[in-house]
Amino acid sequence: MSGLQTQDRASAVGDGLPVVTRERGQRQVFCGLAGIVWLHRKIQDAFFLVIGSRTCAHLLQSAAGVMIFAEPRFATAILHERDLAGLADCNAELDRVVAEVLERRPDIGTLFLVGSCPSEVIKLDLAKAAERLSGVYRGRVRILDYSASGLETTFTQGEDACLKALVPELPQLPSGERSLLVLGTLPDVVEDQFARLFADLGIGPVHFLPPRRTTEFPSLGNGTKVLLAQPFLGETARACEARGASLLSAPYPFGIEGTLGWMRAVTEAWGVTRERLDAVTAPAIARAQRGLSHHRESLEGKRISFLPDSQLEIPLARFLQRECGMDLVEVGTPFLDRRLMAEEMRLLPEDVRLTEGQDLERQLDRLREDRPDLTVCGLGLANPLESEGLRTKWSIELVFTPVHGFDQAADLAELFARPLRRAALLRV
Amino acid sequence: MQLTLWSYEGPPHIGAMRVVASMQGVHLVLHAPQGDTYADLLFTMIERRGTRPPVTYTTFQARELGSDTAELVKTSVGDAFERFKPRVLLVGEACTAELIQDQPGALARGMGLPVPVLSLELPAYARKECWGANETFYQLVRGLLKPRVPEAGRHPEPRPADRRPRANLLGPTALGFRCRDDIEEVTRLLASVGVDVHVVAPLGATPEDLLRIPEADFNVCLYPETADQTCLWLERMFGQPTVKTVPIGIGATHDFLDEVGRIAGIDVADAKSPISSRMPWYSRSVDSTYLTGKRVFIFADATHAVAAARMCAEELGFAVVGIGTYAREFARDVRECAKRYGVEPLITDDYLEVEKRAAELQPELMLGTQMERHIAKRLGIPCAVISAPVHVQDFPARYAPQMGFEGANVIFDTWVHPLMMGLEEHLITMFREDFEFHDSATPSHLGSGGSTNWPAGSESPGSESQAAVDPADMPVSADASTITWAAEAEQELKKIPFFVRGKARRNTERFAEEQGIQTITVETLYDAKAHFGR
Repeated sequence: MSGLQTQDRASAVGDGLPVVTRERGQRQVFCGLAGIVWLHRKIQDAFFLVIGSRTCAHLLQSAAGVMIFAEPRFATAILHERDLAGLADCNAELDRVVAEVLERRPDIGTLFLVGSCPSEVIKLDLAKAAERLSGVYRGRVRILDYSASGLETTFTQGEDACLKALVPELPQLPSGERSLLVLGTLPDVVEDQFARLFADLGIGPVHFLPPRRTTEFPSLGNGTKVLLAQPFLGETARACEARGASLLSAPYPFGIEGTLGWMRAVTEAWGVTRERLDAVTAPAIARAQRGLSHHRESLEGKRISFLPDSQLEIPLARFLQRECGMDLVEVGTPFLDRRLMAEEMRLLPEDVRLTEGQDLERQLDRLREDRPDLTVCGLGLANPLESEGLRTKWSIELVFTPVHGFDQAADLAELFARPLRRAALLRV
Repeated sequence: MQLTLWSYEGPPHIGAMRVVASMQGVHLVLHAPQGDTYADLLFTMIERRGTRPPVTYTTFQARELGSDTAELVKTSVGDAFERFKPRVLLVGEACTAELIQDQPGALARGMGLPVPVLSLELPAYARKECWGANETFYQLVRGLLKPRVPEAGRHPEPRPADRRPRANLLGPTALGFRCRDDIEEVTRLLASVGVDVHVVAPLGATPEDLLRIPEADFNVCLYPETADQTCLWLERMFGQPTVKTVPIGIGATHDFLDEVGRIAGIDVADAKSPISSRMPWYSRSVDSTYLTGKRVFIFADATHAVAAARMCAEELGFAVVGIGTYAREFARDVRECAKRYGVEPLITDDYLEVEKRAAELQPELMLGTQMERHIAKRLGIPCAVISAPVHVQDFPARYAPQMGFEGANVIFDTWVHPLMMGLEEHLITMFREDFEFHDSATPSHLGSGGSTNWPAGSESPGSESQAAVDPADMPVSADASTITWAAEAEQELKKIPFFVRGKARRNTERFAEEQGIQTITVETLYDAKAHFGR
């Protein structure tokens, strides 16, 4: 392990938790703006207007990868030289662009003004702009702001910033009532599966944030139990707690073990018996086990490294190690929130090499030395690593594809098995 | 502020990356916030390169803004030099770094590295990608060759009679359109008239190659968008003339060879068809008659747009109904070209404007960039890509140049295929209303399952019961909504072959509007046909 800078204990020595090594250096991650690519597909009446540079527009276009064959519900207001000259002018310009967007898309229910690196550096006050524009468009469209700049956020943290901006908009849950709020963008099909399982367990009402439409904002209050479906929503969780909600501590719903643990946290809070949970989940678990068995063969004993990208690395590593029999070589995460990761860290082997942050070149040196069977990394690195004879899995697919829950456990394993299966097939 | 949904060009530092990613032995340190590293994927995913671009990003974050980003620049420069041992180091900054004004170029130059350190000025809020590539290539060539510029007034030595003329091919870059194959084709073309290619740059070149540029007799400005500044400077400083014709199309290839002959002082008359091209014959073959007057809208970089217009008009028998470019720096070329074809030039980098123009023109073919592919798909118009920005499918595995005689063959195929195939179109006209040969029958090559990918401009081949709404079949202008179609006129319209039905409907409505007709009858339909008939 060359080039690791600082090492610190996640907690006291001998507690069975892995050691976390922190790295500082060049990082290879998307910024939070990339989250718009999936958020705009989920919140169907939202529009995301990035106030940024040509680079931001270019990033969004590239991160969306292929062109989307429908007009996207995101755009960039590109700052030009004259915008940088004076801020008053900038606000007038912003008003004009917003008017243009709303004229083009009258179906928009919520408009997000999204801050970027340059708008942050020039201290363009988007909160104030959102307030001003809310006054102008009151009753017609809700205007909110958040920052997804690369100065503040990596990749999935953009979703955290966006959802946090929604929290003050949620109506108050009347005292004495209780509800479950699931945080994190889930594909509709997965959301429906979870809703059915919770219904069968007699747990309700259950709401999801973000909602499919911003006219369906769930209420929030002292009786709300918050359950994270994605491990990168620390700020949103804290904002919910500030409004009296309480956070359920659970592993994340990847694989059978994670999903069951995730649901168990809710059943315990709702006082549903273990027997009832087992009975309700048994058919789904049996299906998941059948599905997983197909992929276990190709994954078992294979060595995997994660480069830091989506913050899904730790739960996914746990799933691949415990349920698919893979060996973890290195698990890198861009940012580690120990509180949110508490349940997951306990399930990792104590001797796993866990790194937080990144020093890209040094990490690649280690990777070349390790030569794992599979490397999970961002799009910029995948082909170069393939050309060095390393098999890869793009991490961005893990945030776009339905991978949560029992019925997706096999699909999740398949994402990792496919590059290995392909490598075994090819004779060129 | 400019509202942008999709954009044609990235920021200028992407242009700089295109130049360094093209070369060997050059490294770029880019002062940029975390997140700007996305740019790597353009090269590794879209162009499918097997290596990362030679770029080290400082990837600063908010916490560094409070302390010392300048120190971060120096560390990054030092680390990048140690690790990659470049023979030339370039230093530039992305948009956010420009705002914090660390002047990374000056910092790096002050470090006393034992290689040339060139600092790039890339004004992110005023300029764009092509400009950035052009400027970077120029700075690189100028930076390396400046000490070797001969005294003013000294002319280059005349070429020894026993040496073949030598040419440099300048301008091809990473992420360019078919650059890799064009180089090969142009090299072959030049060889056929006895000219050797000396240096190709930036694609595939080393810093040492750039130093050899003045040894050639002339330069070929293959992609003016990235090389015109460099060629101009070499002409001024080293007396190297520039061949300016871009050999795209049969006519342009002949002109190119003529220009090469004139500049190199050699006779190219015998070698004018060194490689037989099938394109002129294919274009003359009876099968191509259906291409006559097909209405084409072109929008691309200036070089490819102008070349495409000439090919359309002179070599394929199309009608150029619109032409434009996103490259403002080269707008003049496109304006002149538009004048030649009597159309209004469209100079914009707003793809919504291009979409609007396309919707108005309703061309039968669009030639453009990745954006036009997107627009054409939405409007149901056949399309071929002729210029960057492009996507992964525009880096084909096969040999597919655009330049030279083989390039003309490739272009014939790729532009003609999106249109309905030759005799097929005539047959449908001849057999119209045949019970099994009609517009809703599934084309034979698609099998019984049918497909929704039936060439655009046509009705989806599914059954009538699908009530398929086809863009070509729908009224296009808002005004048309006040005009109604009589039932029998609507029936008659259906008898018109589906691939021209959209145009017939539009023309008829326009005619009705001009004549103040409220209800379109069968008479109106045929009156309009006579009015617009060509």
